Amino acid sequence: MSQTTYSAQLFATCLVDAIRPAAGLATLRLLERLGVKVIVPSGQTCCGQPAFNSGCLADARAMARYTVDLLEKSPAPIVVPSGSCGDMIVHRYRELLADELAYASKVERVAARTYELSQYLSDVLKVQDVGARCRRTITYHPSCHLLRGLGVRSAPSKLLDSITDARCVGLSGAEDCCGFGGTFAVKMGELSSGMLDRKLDAIVESGADTVVACDAGCLMHIESGLKRRGSNVAVRHLAEVLVESE
Amino acid sequence: MNSPSMSFQQRVSHALADGQLRIALDRTTERFTSKRVAGLASLPDADAVRDYARSIRLHTLSKLDDYLEQFEANVTSVGGQVHWASDAQEANEIVLDLARSRSVKRVVKSKSMVSEETELNQALISGGLDVVESDLGEYIIQLAGETPSHIIAPAVHKTREQVGQLLADKLGVPMTDDPVEMTATARSALRDVFLQSEMGISGVNFGVASTGSLAIVTNEGNASLTVTAPRIHVAMMGIERIVPTLDDLAVMLLVLARSATGQKLTVYTDLLTGPRRGDPDGPEELHVVLLDNGRSRLIGTEVSEVLACIRCGACLNACPVYQQIGGHAYGSVYSGPIGAVLTPSLDREGPWHVLPEASSLCGACREVCPVRIDIPRMLLALRAETVHSGKGNRWVRVGFWLYRIAATKPWLFRCGVSVVRQLTKMFFVNGWLLRLPSPLPSWTRSREFPVIASRTFSEEMRDREKGSGDE
Repeated sequence: MSQTTYSAQLFATCLVDAIRPAAGLATLRLLERLGVKVIVPSGQTCCGQPAFNSGCLADARAMARYTVDLLEKSPAPIVVPSGSCGDMIVHRYRELLADELAYASKVERVAARTYELSQYLSDVLKVQDVGARCRRTITYHPSCHLLRGLGVRSAPSKLLDSITDARCVGLSGAEDCCGFGGTFAVKMGELSSGMLDRKLDAIVESGADTVVACDAGCLMHIESGLKRRGSNVAVRHLAEVLVESE
Repeated sequence: MNSPSMSFQQRVSHALADGQLRIALDRTTERFTSKRVAGLASLPDADAVRDYARSIRLHTLSKLDDYLEQFEANVTSVGGQVHWASDAQEANEIVLDLARSRSVKRVVKSKSMVSEETELNQALISGGLDVVESDLGEYIIQLAGETPSHIIAPAVHKTREQVGQLLADKLGVPMTDDPVEMTATARSALRDVFLQSEMGISGVNFGVASTGSLAIVTNEGNASLTVTAPRIHVAMMGIERIVPTLDDLAVMLLVLARSATGQKLTVYTDLLTGPRRGDPDGPEELHVVLLDNGRSRLIGTEVSEVLACIRCGACLNACPVYQQIGGHAYGSVYSGPIGAVLTPSLDREGPWHVLPEASSLCGACREVCPVRIDIPRMLLALRAETVHSGKGNRWVRVGFWLYRIAATKPWLFRCGVSVVRQLTKMFFVNGWLLRLPSPLPSWTRSREFPVIASRTFSEEMRDREKGSGDE
């Protein structure tokens, strides 16, 4: 890293806030450790993706406007520890608020400076080894919207590969969806469970003791399934393992 | 067998419980998926070809009326006849009238999804005609009395063991699971059908506007016989399946078979320009039935891009939902991701608004589409339309309205999170779940229910601010 002082806004997302605060705290600690001055804008709630994916566009728009207004106040880059929420802000806000002239330039500004965490680490800070150390056998699940939405393919794996004492193992059918899909998991419970089963089988087969992903939704889904199976495979957000130093 | 009276959820349960279906789908979708990757890798720059193919499709759709007129003029100038059908019934009547006025008794068909869309076979059979499907997969499902479950592999839902048994039961041949032997059985049964039929009905992969040619691709050569042996050839196509020129056709053929089966080209590519004209072979008459059936209405709408589809089936093979349930569970002629967009778009009055819900929006379909159709975006547009028209679940609507109110007022959002935390505590006793309000049991069937953290991230942040103030 150069001598430049970095600052960033952390948009934690609603799922990290309510279900997985550890991922938010780890993101904060990781960024600060890397010398980034982190602002956590108060009043942040939800990007609106659940409503958008369910076709409730008016509600999604209200949440998008709210989030854009909140994040637009500071010129600092926005770091989101979630691929799908990042994709929502970067790609979907443009479509969602396309007809609202007052928001056109605001959305562009916010979208242009929003990064998913691994993307921020590799593209902005240009770090690959964050100095983490842990004795884990890790397998990585690339979440769909991070992979196919934001096009982040290799950054998380490179960060994981650089962890001292950790061993990374492959996941068969890695790029297959875990079956979460927000309300899909409830509306289409059986289909979603079927997809999750395949993912869990692959995780168990991989021989890993820890599965890592960059999306609180997928982590929640995978963890809920592993718990039901009585598996002892640990489920961690990327940030959570990157702050470990044993 | 699925029955049309079952709900989508019932058909899904039914499909998931079918072990044979799982075996059949696993075998085929995995094979298609890996072959597709290898097939595209054989192009020097597959991405550029796909971009170009997409631009050809979108350009054609933007001037579809012009190209259709050009196509009709050129089909006519080479001696063919074009028939316009605004809906399925009209298309079937056109074919039936042609058959009746020309004393046709026997019809042989090669694969045509458009004819499935119009339910042509039933119409012809009720009209007293003998109809035999000549594509091996279609032949199998015709014997079984079923419908296709995949755009390019209609019998993909059957294992080869099931097919062997079917042939033994229906044709009295010895049971075998050897595909070569089974193909030979079908081949000998079909040979006479080709020779005796007075009318051959085919689908069309692309109609070429500048020449009036029809391009038909197969791996079995059955279309070549269907369109040449009988006296009359009737080609059925959707109005969107036009390419401007032969050069454009060449580009589409670069990606079609590669995306479908991984082949560089299918074994047979027929390019037909008009009926017999002095030459000794070919049909005496060529009729092209152009079917609209809701397509023209889609132009200029949010789902117009669905008309760019070239029916390769790659999105079905890549889809984790299709991989689990196959095509029949969708209950529609077109299944998989593209079917979930096409079906409710073409048939707006039908019971199809559930289909766009059958996706986790993982984007695998968009990734493999040779012409890069943004299927997830259209699924979202259709979901929004369902909500907008009031057809969706009211509780979902009310739920998100409440959520939005909370999510735009941070104090209310924090209160909401606390309330939900308290509520879930009531449902959890010693960490165990006692009961959950509907529809959440569909989550807890296979998964524990996540609990709200005892300290949320925003609560931690508030403490941190207070703490730093004290320091």
